[in-house]
Amino acid sequence: MIVGAVSAHLYLSLSALLFGLGAIGVMVRRNPLVMFMSIELMLNAVNLTFVTFARELDDLAGQVVVLFVLVVAAAEVVVGLGIIVSVLRQRPGATADDASLLRG
Amino acid sequence: MVESFVFAVAAVVIVAGAVGVLVNRNPVHAALSLVATLFGVAVLFVALEANFLAAVQVIVYAGAIVVLFLFVIMLLGVDQSEDLDVEPLIGQRPAAIAIGVVLIIGLTGVVLTSSLTGAPAAHEWVRDGAEVAQIGRLLFTDYVFALEITSLLLLVAVVGAVTLARTIRGETVDLDEPVPVLPGDPVDLIDEDVE
Amino acid sequence: MLELTWLIPALPLAGFVVLLVAGRRLGEPLAGWLATAAVGGSFVATAVVFLGLVAEPAAERRFGQVLFEWVPAGGFSVDLGFLVDPLSVAMCLFVTFCATLIHLYAIGYMHGDPNFTKFFVYLNLFVFSMLMLVLGDNMLVTFLGWEGVGACSYFLISFWHTSDANASAGKKAFVTNRVGDWGYMVAMFLTFTALGSIRYVDIADGAAGLTATTATAVALLLLVGAAGKSAQIPLFVWLPDAMAGPTPVSALIHAATMVTSGVYLFTRMNGVVAAAHPWVSTVIAVIGVATALVAASIAVAQNDIKKVLAYSTISQLGYMFLAIGSGAYVAAIFHMITHAFFKALLFLGAGSVIHGMADEQDMRRMGALRKLMPVTAVTYIVGWLAIAGVPPFSGFWSKDEILLFAWEKSPVLWFVGLVTALLTAFYMSRQVFLTFFGEARWDEPLEDAVPELAVERGLLPYEGENEIDDDIEQVYELDHLPHGVGPKEAIHPHESPWLMTLPLVVLAVMAAVSEIIQLPVTNTTKYLEHWLYPVVEQGEHHLTASTATKWGLAVVAIVAGAVGILGAASIYLKRRLDEQPAAPEVLRNGWYYDSGLAAFMGGPGRAAFEAVAWFDRTIIDGAVNGVATVVRVASGGLQRTQTGFVRAYAGIVTAGAVLVVFVLILRGVVL
Repeated sequence: MIVGAVSAHLYLSLSALLFGLGAIGVMVRRNPLVMFMSIELMLNAVNLTFVTFARELDDLAGQVVVLFVLVVAAAEVVVGLGIIVSVLRQRPGATADDASLLRG
Repeated sequence: MVESFVFAVAAVVIVAGAVGVLVNRNPVHAALSLVATLFGVAVLFVALEANFLAAVQVIVYAGAIVVLFLFVIMLLGVDQSEDLDVEPLIGQRPAAIAIGVVLIIGLTGVVLTSSLTGAPAAHEWVRDGAEVAQIGRLLFTDYVFALEITSLLLLVAVVGAVTLARTIRGETVDLDEPVPVLPGDPVDLIDEDVE
Repeated sequence: MLELTWLIPALPLAGFVVLLVAGRRLGEPLAGWLATAAVGGSFVATAVVFLGLVAEPAAERRFGQVLFEWVPAGGFSVDLGFLVDPLSVAMCLFVTFCATLIHLYAIGYMHGDPNFTKFFVYLNLFVFSMLMLVLGDNMLVTFLGWEGVGACSYFLISFWHTSDANASAGKKAFVTNRVGDWGYMVAMFLTFTALGSIRYVDIADGAAGLTATTATAVALLLLVGAAGKSAQIPLFVWLPDAMAGPTPVSALIHAATMVTSGVYLFTRMNGVVAAAHPWVSTVIAVIGVATALVAASIAVAQNDIKKVLAYSTISQLGYMFLAIGSGAYVAAIFHMITHAFFKALLFLGAGSVIHGMADEQDMRRMGALRKLMPVTAVTYIVGWLAIAGVPPFSGFWSKDEILLFAWEKSPVLWFVGLVTALLTAFYMSRQVFLTFFGEARWDEPLEDAVPELAVERGLLPYEGENEIDDDIEQVYELDHLPHGVGPKEAIHPHESPWLMTLPLVVLAVMAAVSEIIQLPVTNTTKYLEHWLYPVVEQGEHHLTASTATKWGLAVVAIVAGAVGILGAASIYLKRRLDEQPAAPEVLRNGWYYDSGLAAFMGGPGRAAFEAVAWFDRTIIDGAVNGVATVVRVASGGLQRTQTGFVRAYAGIVTAGAVLVVFVLILRGVVL
């Protein structure tokens, strides 16, 4: 570890906090768009962890994985927003709770 | 010391942004808070000597994805406030917060009680200024299969988005009016009885 | 030349497909000619393959042709392949030969039938299935043909399905054959379990290594299958009823080809029988000889010209099983071939008679037909002499060889076989005398047939009513008149067209001379034995009898045949003896086997099936429904967790993640 650098523990703790906040957001918010944003928060937390370990372990593979996560996130946003557009076009102002066809 | 300072500022911005996403009633405000968080993460990427990723983070996330969010919000006119005082699912909010807090505590506990035993950080890629070249080399050698898979994934996503968002053939869509639902139409997702 | 093997079944298949698609457009008689050409081409292809096989040295006459891998399933792989060896080629030769002639005959016989093209569709499909059965290089391909011929048999028996009797005859054949198919399938499974392969080549190589118990089980299950297909005791009941089909069908399927597939199967699997306990072959021989005797005794008392031939077929098949049980595989195939010729001839001759008699089948209304139908009569007499065992016609030689092997197995078997031979000569002579000799009796209906029918149709309250004359008029107004009643106006018997008599002549020649393939004069003239020996060497019994014994047995057999013929002549030709005792009621009703079977199945059998059905409903279904109930109740509880709310699901997922984290911490994995 480079002397004087911020401890990796701090980065990882921050990313844990970010991940938890994102999770809470998914569970609490009803607007599907905001739920999606919360998922993005969680993804960023994971990215931060990858990059931290890439530095600590001196392995560039961590950064490569982050690139893949970015691509997957982009694809996910595209499809997710497509679904949301379809749903909201049918029922403007619908929340995630309204789409409960899967109720057993 | 500089890194400590940068970390402190960025961490505050990140957490504030995340909390903003959680508590802002207006989705537009939530999206703007998300931008703050994403910028904070980008700053930390720089501090972690991942300059290329920091740039990608700003361009792709803040530049593209958040714009996409805002675009959808504006397009559908769903920028009205969400009533955060009401929780239709009984017990959902306290349970969610409890689970989230326990998760944070657990993960932090794991992080703080463990010690990293990796190779000493030499960071040759930064010194050589060849970070992008090295990432590119890795992408096209060790990870080339995954790279090809991602191309397929993006193709599927594009096709899926077009399929989901397409209008019924031959009709123009009035965005203020609900589209009439045809049996078997993929947009028929919502149970009409649910209110 | 051997590469042409695929053509043998492909031509009838092509004929089937073309007729299926365009048969109606081709119409009569073009559809029939096309079908005949397809089967004839198949015969030519077989002949070419045969010549190719002859050119090979005797030890290397085994050629496999794999078209594609049919069932690839892990370690179990079945090819759709053909095995060309002396046995399959011999079978193909006589099958396609007889089939071609019978197709030709059917063009004349089915003339004017509204379903003319459909008949040839089925007939071609049958020939294809039969060739698959014979040519298959493993048990599954044979099974494909086995089921195919069974299905075609069912279609063709109920060909005139507007009559209930014909439809139920087809069903009877189908259901009885099912019992046999079960045996075949289980035998196939067992063979695969024991040998890891169902290819005949592997079975032939591996049969000697089987344990006696396994081989016994396989052989007995094969016996069940063969008994169903080849109409042996106890599964023979379907074959007499199968005569409801058109006569060419009876000739092709129920005399010459399909019913012999059980014999073929045993010859193919002779190694397994050889590896089984010795009593298995005795069982086969006893079943064969018992079937032969029972069926021959029933045939003595039948009045329907085709029923006699049907029981005769069962009886002759019994001879073939006797041959198998005695280890005389060559003799079995020899008899199969000669039988195919003379029995097809007899059936086609009977069809010609029925055709000329305007669909009358009751022999009591025939007589003196030899003058009106000379070609049919002469050819029929050749067939009669062949089946009655009169030298030098073919039947004598093949039957004599079987009896010789039976003698070596046990003199008891030989004696029963001899009695059967006597009965055979008797009932066939009776048939010939009743049909072609004596006085013409076709002018008036039978005395007892009309009242019987009238009672049956509800026109008369009971039998013996006096006021019959008016009611006869009513009986005649019915659409379909059963045999024995016939049309009101006198029948004018006539000779059949050349299309029908030509096959008769060809088959008569074959019935007379086909023994040249296996003449026991010197060792070199036993062509069939040398030809088949590589296939049957594992199971073939080697004769030890002296020449004197052979001569003695042959003379005894000739005498027995002569006694049968003379006995029939004195009763039915010279009318010196009363015919009533020669045809007792019990034999006319087939030993009451059929009605007894029906009574048993309707009474205790039904009760047993009811019990099984109850068991199935309460215990089996109960267990299944019980499982379903448990699942339903449990899922009813779990259903409440499925709220449909995405956020609730997210909460559950996150809680799961928390649990995983803490489990890892507690177990010290991450610390």
